[in-house]
Amino acid sequence: MANAAPRLDGLVDHLFRHAAGQMVSAIARLVGPNRLDLAEEVVQDALLRALQIWPFSGMPDNPRGWLFQVARNRALDILRREAVLRDKLAWSENLVDLTPRRDASPADAIGDEELAMMFMCCHPALPQPARIALTLKLVGGFGVEEIADALLSQTAAVAQRLVRAKRQIRDEKIALEIPPPGEVRARLPSVLDVLYLLFNEGYGAHGGDNLTRADLCAEAIRLAKLLAENPHTDRPSVRALLALLLLQASRLPARVDEVGDLLLLAEQDRARWDRAMIAEGMAHLDRAATGDEMTAYHLEAGIAACHATAADAASTDWAYVLRLYDELLRLKPSPVVALNRAVALAMVEGPAAGIEAITALRSHAALAGYHLLPAVLAGLERRAGDLEGAARHYGEALQRRSTAPERRFIEKQLAAIERERRSSG
Amino acid sequence: MAKFLLLARGAGLRPEMSPEEIQRTMLKYKSWTERVAGSGRLIDANKLRDDEGRVLRQPGGKLTVTDGPFAESKEIIGGYWLINAASYEEVVELTRDHPHLQFNTLEIRQIHEM
Repeated sequence: MANAAPRLDGLVDHLFRHAAGQMVSAIARLVGPNRLDLAEEVVQDALLRALQIWPFSGMPDNPRGWLFQVARNRALDILRREAVLRDKLAWSENLVDLTPRRDASPADAIGDEELAMMFMCCHPALPQPARIALTLKLVGGFGVEEIADALLSQTAAVAQRLVRAKRQIRDEKIALEIPPPGEVRARLPSVLDVLYLLFNEGYGAHGGDNLTRADLCAEAIRLAKLLAENPHTDRPSVRALLALLLLQASRLPARVDEVGDLLLLAEQDRARWDRAMIAEGMAHLDRAATGDEMTAYHLEAGIAACHATAADAASTDWAYVLRLYDELLRLKPSPVVALNRAVALAMVEGPAAGIEAITALRSHAALAGYHLLPAVLAGLERRAGDLEGAARHYGEALQRRSTAPERRFIEKQLAAIERERRSSG
Repeated sequence: MAKFLLLARGAGLRPEMSPEEIQRTMLKYKSWTERVAGSGRLIDANKLRDDEGRVLRQPGGKLTVTDGPFAESKEIIGGYWLINAASYEEVVELTRDHPHLQFNTLEIRQIHEM
């Protein structure tokens, strides 16, 4: 019997999403940063075109190449037609201008373009929320709804943020380029900051029911790797951030138990930590140390490395962790860092010292709605034997915004405390 | 065993689908195709070009060729699958969860065999 089944295997995970980011970056380079909408439109057309054709014809041998070709041809068509409308004479000149600098080999056309797009999206002139949304949209290939989902915002608000940011890019002529060598160091912090935030958004959500948010971790790592792999942007701060992200992500498989409930660092089955990722992270951390820069990412990666290389929670070098937190607090004075430091302090000096440090943080406005403050406090109180205080503060944590697995975790603690109180009383 | 044409009407994709959604949908087509091909039922599958095609007429004995039937874009047949099945009922069963139904209609026609 004849069997002409269209071949549709070889669709690697997130192929379309990643290809979308690469193509938008490459085509925006071709048509200019004042035509970002055009670049996005032709890429979207190409992806939809694939969906109309591939189910019947099967996948082309080089899916990325196919998509890129279709998008690029469409962009050139549109520009030609506009040129004809504008001025018949200008048409032929434009055509010369528009001829791509190289043949459309996608492997060749990507890489630098994506980095250039990252620097544009993370330009310090843009407001920070816009930088994050733009990076996800243009580099990451996320849809507007997915971005809203990932950042826990409204779709309309994200859409508006994107429109405004693109207008600002046009109006202020923000360049679509990797900054010249002398400026890379000054421009990197805002790029790294976006990747750091993306990762944390995803990390906090991991194990929850929101898969899009969990994808943010992988995306942040992918983009950090792009920066580390390019000689222009391979700076110690980049390696340190990449090390931090890998070391943190190595624990993701162990952060929840088989029913999806959160596990504390001390409870995690360390055999489930991703050893290859830890080794990769440690290698980047080594590279990060061979430079003239000392960033917060270095210190945070150092702390993550202490955990990643310790056999269990008890044999962790908590005194060293505490020293790193002290330094981190000097470099980046933030109440969240101070809260984490208090946990390390409790491990070194006992729960009472931790409780005292956290109590001092309670008046901090930035932590007023932060569920982890009362939750961490409650954990220390329980260790100190103050079951009543622990129950009260876990209750307080439940009043604040948190993910579903976090809420289940706290409820489980509350139930355990209730049992302990009954059996002791 | 009889042969059936499964005709997929053309447009209807939501333009705002995200790349990830597009890929997910592609994977649904993939698993449908694999299931039908795996059971040896799939004979052929083809996408038809999205141009308007040609219509031939012979009014008064003189052949004229014109562009397109100019159907509404959502009515245009975008492609087809040719499959083996015992009956219309069986084809309906096979296509009940077809991803194309998310966007547009499918039409089943049996091939007339002598």
